[in-house]
Amino acid sequence: MQMPDPRPERLARKSALVRQLQQCLPQGAVISDPAELRAYECDALAAYRCAPMLAVLPSSTAEVSDVLRICHEMSVPVVPRGAGTSLAGGALPSADSVILGVARMNAVLDTDYENRFVRVQTGRTNLSVTGAVEENGFFYAPDPSSQLACAIAGNIAMNSGGAHCLKYGVTTNNLLGVTLVLMDGRVVEIGGAHMDAAGLDLLGVICGSEGQLGVVTEATLRILPKPEGARPVLMAFDSNEVAGACVSDIIRAGILPVAIEFMDRPCIRACEAFAHAGYPDCEALLIVEVEGSDAEIDDQLARIMAIARKHDPLELREAQDADEAGRIWLGRKSAFGAMGQINDYMCLDGTIPVTALPLVLRRIGELSRDYGLDVANVFHAGDGNMHPLILFNANKPGDLELCERFGADILKLCVEVGGCLTGEHGVGIEKRDLMGHQYAPADLEAQMAVKDVFDPGWLLNPAKVFPLEVSEARRAVDVAAE
Amino acid sequence: MRPTSEAELAEMIAGADGPLRICGGGTRAVGCPVAGDILETGGLSGISLYEPGALTMVAEAGTPLADVEAALAAEGQRLAFEPGDWRGLLGTEGVPTLGGVVAANVSGSRRVVAGAARDFMLGVRFVDGIGQIVKNGGRVMKNVTGYDLVKLLSGSWGTLGVISEVSFKVMPVPEMETTLVCDGLDAKSGVRSLCAALGTPFEVTGAAHLDAGAAGGTSRTLVRIEGLAASVSYRAERLQSGVLAGFEAREGAASAALWRELRDVTPFAGREGAVWRVSVKPSDGPVLTAGLAERGVTHTAIYDWGGGLVWLLMPEAGDSGAGDAGAGALRQQVAALGGHATLFRGSQDLRRTVPVFEPQPAPLAALQAGLRAKFDPRGILNPGLMG
Repeated sequence: MQMPDPRPERLARKSALVRQLQQCLPQGAVISDPAELRAYECDALAAYRCAPMLAVLPSSTAEVSDVLRICHEMSVPVVPRGAGTSLAGGALPSADSVILGVARMNAVLDTDYENRFVRVQTGRTNLSVTGAVEENGFFYAPDPSSQLACAIAGNIAMNSGGAHCLKYGVTTNNLLGVTLVLMDGRVVEIGGAHMDAAGLDLLGVICGSEGQLGVVTEATLRILPKPEGARPVLMAFDSNEVAGACVSDIIRAGILPVAIEFMDRPCIRACEAFAHAGYPDCEALLIVEVEGSDAEIDDQLARIMAIARKHDPLELREAQDADEAGRIWLGRKSAFGAMGQINDYMCLDGTIPVTALPLVLRRIGELSRDYGLDVANVFHAGDGNMHPLILFNANKPGDLELCERFGADILKLCVEVGGCLTGEHGVGIEKRDLMGHQYAPADLEAQMAVKDVFDPGWLLNPAKVFPLEVSEARRAVDVAAE
Repeated sequence: MRPTSEAELAEMIAGADGPLRICGGGTRAVGCPVAGDILETGGLSGISLYEPGALTMVAEAGTPLADVEAALAAEGQRLAFEPGDWRGLLGTEGVPTLGGVVAANVSGSRRVVAGAARDFMLGVRFVDGIGQIVKNGGRVMKNVTGYDLVKLLSGSWGTLGVISEVSFKVMPVPEMETTLVCDGLDAKSGVRSLCAALGTPFEVTGAAHLDAGAAGGTSRTLVRIEGLAASVSYRAERLQSGVLAGFEAREGAASAALWRELRDVTPFAGREGAVWRVSVKPSDGPVLTAGLAERGVTHTAIYDWGGGLVWLLMPEAGDSGAGDAGAGALRQQVAALGGHATLFRGSQDLRRTVPVFEPQPAPLAALQAGLRAKFDPRGILNPGLMG
């Protein structure tokens, strides 16, 4: 993965930039010490690292506006950063850029149970949004695996999903309004506590724009009443095809579980060895969870188990109590940790039509043999959002590149069967150079035209999402030098 | 102009030498009247893919909505965002199309929990103002590959591009529906009941209140629950013994009929006056109308989305005969509360003089104008429709 070379004229502006930023920000909010800057050299895509020229940690929308205005005037790129948990390199800086971290902005600004929304500063972590409202029986629905650490700012930038979005949708479906700071420092309010912002759906295009259109400093989020209860059931099958058919039949039957998770044999074995969740040794496992009162759950699970029985499961295990429910989820929730213990891994999130599941899993198995790299699959089956984990050895020369080529082949396969490169992690730098496989030049041009409107100088997170050669002409302009 | 293929649509737009008025079935005559050659999408019709097990459908934009709904019904599925038929309300004729639903982001009562039309759109193909074919999104449930132009196109009323094909998520028809009804509540206590019901874990999928003038003489408050039969009965009972004490249950077809009327805004069909569609936060619905009453603005209101969507029937003559259908008083109220008001129905003259869509603050208006200039540099797609 390439990043553009830093521009000497930008690096030369560093001391002037520090001076100006220090005038606007409180002491300690401008970081220029090389040792301290190392904390910002990568996100969760740790294979790629580059220290930024500076990092700033503003505490308010007004300070964010000052930072952006100054950087805009000096034509210095800005890379917004939530909590730095992006798996796609969304917060990877370039050496001539300023990291704008929103971590200090984590207040809850307004909580309204009657109208079911909460307004927060976007540095607040995903889980602590729920934390702020759960005493009153509410929760914030999108639940990415990193929810303990990841910030709402990053969730909005990447339009994050989670295991429960089959029922509750992803970030964009739960976002009512934002305060957005444009690259030139102007502050705009879009949407609010009411539904459907006026005019063109700017909110819809800002969510998922990977920090390239503006910096979201505050967000109004929809909160939901917590269900009375939830219960998972574990289903074991002796082939991926049969498990896939079972998923399809459950959906066809008109029952919509809150989550359907799928694990294949390599993943089951690794998780079992790591977490001892008591999973059966089989080809494919499903975890299906439903919500409601006890009686409602009984009714739904009875119907779901009846469907599963038609597919000759090796085992059906309904959680009898909270402890058993916890153990059913334990293995699934420790999948990433389990993989990390075995080896380095790369996690992809291509999404496919549910009907293509067996074919795609078979092809991934074949590719795994061709490349000589192991792969484990764990994913949100209800919505076709795959998560192949490719294992490699970062200390072995050439292994990372081999793994990346394997990953690229899997993603191209996802596109071939009617799916997409990324379902919830974002493009970042990771899938940037594959965009041409999903989109024709005119399709990419239309997306870049949106950035042209919001950020004409292409200073916000400029080297992401679009293949470098495609965005090169736009990034080449240096207003300050002209 | 009536293209029969996407390629032909692209040629026609590329070759156009003046403004175009984009029409699906012509049933959603909303917005500032547009002068221009009519470009109809009805010739782009047909369902190209339907996978019930994946809850997805792909169809051309001109496909009649009725065809889409019939195909879904045959598999026990439906459009969960409940798009309305506005022919009665707007006094239009023609055949509502899928593309029109998307372009106008038509969403009914279930929007309050399930989302708007835009939330169910998975992918779109459209032709921009210079005749280029663009695609965005795809046909899978989760997709963050690049910017979400699908949402941008939804509700853009044909001003950014002419939609040629959409793929979207569909949902199963629930086994049963029940509506809990209470007559005679005033708007404030009605909406308070709606908010309370929406705040329970009992998965309310519709929450509306109709003024006496919209409900045939006695005001009416409605709360819908849908799902598996046993579950619906359980939830109805919990609500009736809790926050909806005194509400009575209507089941099945009787329940469905109540929501069809709301979806299509039937109570205002065929009645004289301008119709406004206002979005505010739910508890502000009755605050808004109380403010209008204080100013002596005559109105009849339907509150949907738990109180947050207010349909208002008001005399075209408006406040003290200003001839603005009450725009001045209404927009002042809305600005104070936060939200937006659309002059949904009004004479052509009225829609030429009163901004139909809520005027935007300058920086937002500039962003929207900037997007239009990029997608339609010649300004020929429904120019001026959105103001």
